[in-house]
Amino acid sequence: MPLHPSPHRRRTALATLVVVLLAALSACAGVTAGSDDPSNRRLRMMIPNSPGGGYDLTGRSAAKVMEDDELTGRFEITNIEGASGTLAMQRLLNEEGSDDLVMTMGLGVVGAVYTNKSDATVDRATAIARLVEEQEGILVPADSPFETVQDLVDAWTEDPDSVVVGGGSSPGGPDHLFPMQLADTLGIDPVDVTYVAYDGGGPLTTALLGSKIDVGMSGLGEFEGQIEDGSLRVLAVSGEERLPTVDAPTLTEEGVDLVFTNWRGVLAPPGIDEETRQYLIDLFTEMHGTPEWEEALERNGWSDNFATGDEFEEFLVEQDTRVADTLKELGLA
Amino acid sequence: MDLLLEGFSQALTPTNLLFAVIGVLLGTAVGVLPGIGPAMTVALLLPVTYNVEPASALIMFAGIYYGGMYGGSTTSILLNTPGESSSVITALEGNKMAKAGRASQALATAAIGSFIAGTIGTVLLVALAPQIGPLVVQLGAPSYFAILLLALLAVTVVLGSSKLRGFASLFLGLTVGLVGTSTGQPRLTFGQGQLADGIEVVVVAVAIFALGEALWVAAHLRRKPLEIIPVGQPWMSKKDWRRSWGPWLRGTAYGFPFGALPAGGAEVPTFLSYVTERKLSKHPEEFGHGAIEGVAGPEAANNASAAGTLLPMLALGLPTTATAAVILVAFESYGLQPGPQFMSANPTLVWALLASLFIANTLLLVINLPMAPLWAKLLQIPRPYLYAGILFFASLGAYAANFSAFDLAVLLVFGLLGFAMRRFGIPVLPLIIGVILGPRLESQLAEALAISQGDLGTLWSEPVAIVCYLIIALLVAWTIINVVRPASRREQDATPTSETREGANL
Repeated sequence: MPLHPSPHRRRTALATLVVVLLAALSACAGVTAGSDDPSNRRLRMMIPNSPGGGYDLTGRSAAKVMEDDELTGRFEITNIEGASGTLAMQRLLNEEGSDDLVMTMGLGVVGAVYTNKSDATVDRATAIARLVEEQEGILVPADSPFETVQDLVDAWTEDPDSVVVGGGSSPGGPDHLFPMQLADTLGIDPVDVTYVAYDGGGPLTTALLGSKIDVGMSGLGEFEGQIEDGSLRVLAVSGEERLPTVDAPTLTEEGVDLVFTNWRGVLAPPGIDEETRQYLIDLFTEMHGTPEWEEALERNGWSDNFATGDEFEEFLVEQDTRVADTLKELGLA
Repeated sequence: MDLLLEGFSQALTPTNLLFAVIGVLLGTAVGVLPGIGPAMTVALLLPVTYNVEPASALIMFAGIYYGGMYGGSTTSILLNTPGESSSVITALEGNKMAKAGRASQALATAAIGSFIAGTIGTVLLVALAPQIGPLVVQLGAPSYFAILLLALLAVTVVLGSSKLRGFASLFLGLTVGLVGTSTGQPRLTFGQGQLADGIEVVVVAVAIFALGEALWVAAHLRRKPLEIIPVGQPWMSKKDWRRSWGPWLRGTAYGFPFGALPAGGAEVPTFLSYVTERKLSKHPEEFGHGAIEGVAGPEAANNASAAGTLLPMLALGLPTTATAAVILVAFESYGLQPGPQFMSANPTLVWALLASLFIANTLLLVINLPMAPLWAKLLQIPRPYLYAGILFFASLGAYAANFSAFDLAVLLVFGLLGFAMRRFGIPVLPLIIGVILGPRLESQLAEALAISQGDLGTLWSEPVAIVCYLIIALLVAWTIINVVRPASRREQDATPTSETREGANL
């Protein structure tokens, strides 16, 4: 046992443990002080959900590319969990003017702010860049009576109660907004939609495989295995174009006039000076151009949907209004 | 069999063995610290391992997972500070044993029990994964609700000597469990955004157990002479072995199926194991004062459930715990997709993973068993320094989970509550059980009723649910019969002695 502590070190057992822990922690959390080029700025990144979640993977992948290609010094990454991102959003707005902070976020945070009755809306922050997007898919178990989107639409419009929809996000999240906007498009009152919120893709898969719900709406990344082996079928995807990996039509192809994507991007605190804003925009633009980022997109199955600065800001405002409208209709905002 | 041997030969290369050792040590370390779990560790290490062979990375993650499950028990036993919610029960008897100078035995029975449970669990995993996999998803919310209800009923037997105080504590726990967000609406959050996700079980447990205890000791330190903690035998006696093996096996029998069920979890089997051992023990009077069965059973149960968790993951690609979810992300980043065909399509990797689980288990035993007497020496530290250390660890853990000062305030409030409960002789275990089971009962009930759109009939629509309700009916009937009969065996239950605190700690 190479790392077996020898007995004479017993008095320092606790101390050793603490040291090991702190070393492990600092190594993982990226707070290690490196001998960085002083011209490189050190930045902090906030992630509004737990390690391993969608924002976390996006944020850490981007940070890793920037570190590895020496576009910046080390990133200090902190996960601020709570109220589906509302807490992190609040912290970002509190750090008005901080020129070394960015936050990875996405559509889920836009809605969470409203369902949590917070005034920390995303349009108050400084828009830096939209990085990736993910289409939503409409999933059914293998033995479902629904063969096409039309089957689902027919059954759903005839009797909204007859279709139980499940999703992997709490109210206000993308998997909840998508069926609500879909219902709205189909002329079904969103209030009549039976939506069951699951705690992420795992429990949602369980419910679908056990046929506990009729349809599941979620990003498809977590379902690849089940789709491949045929235990789940995809009726349609929600983006403008088909996915290269999944054999399913888009909603518009099927005659449903709705395009919906879940996106993730980067914000900075409000009130930063123009120079800092431009620096951050350039930084992420440079990051976006690297082959390593290309690789990260492919590895995680994300679609590239890059936009920066003003374009992203307009998009944010538009999303914010649209989400607020949907949630108000449901009495959730 | 050949495949397993091949798996071993792959997992036993020096590099992979090193990764296994690192994983096990890291896992034990994060298990020890409350608030930082194996899930977070694996997630944080994920980007680091992109450049490592998939097999090596997975072997390290397996080590972290099992190590984390084990590590939680060490602080539970020594410091009354559970590192994970699944080692809360271990603290009950384990810490009492430690105070009686039997820390080494408690740590040893936990280590060996974890080893046995992990090994049996891995064997079951290998044998059952392909057949059982598809069945576990058939259990729906109504079944889980019934199972949880049964568990809640079963644990009421540990309410302590005063049923009234026990229930008061239980309902306090259930109330704490209500804090959070329900159907998108904040509930009992007092306008605090930080409370929107509810109160972390580990923070409550650490506050009530460790902080409450530290305050209590501090309040009495000057008035009471110091009890010297005796230095006991370093190893388990024959009697300890005799009393441990039954709980190990029964704990495994509880833990594995709960781990394999998508919403089973690791906490409920530890409760059930504890209750069972208490009922079956030939020394029921020792429970509450350091019964080795009460450590052996629950520790075996939580490690067996860790093995069980891998069953739906490998067989269906279904992650059922946070750690499994992150390990699944790791699989996917290597372009591997666990699922029905995974085991037959990637035999080498799967068997290497299974072999590495065996290795991780063995390493845990080899590293931790000789350490047990050393750890036990920690308790020789003078009281003020020891409790300062406990408070440091408790606060660090609470803070590290979210880097939020608010959690420290929550820790302090519940610490004061723990102190008050000790002062007034209210048992703390029912509170913790309430905090753990309450929200899960609620979410299963909410899910069942959301799917059925309010039709209560759905609750007994699944066979497992019906069986559970029958057992509940029998238990209730049996209790009523017992109450009607003149209370004969009641005095056997620990009557509060001059050391009321000992009873109160239940």
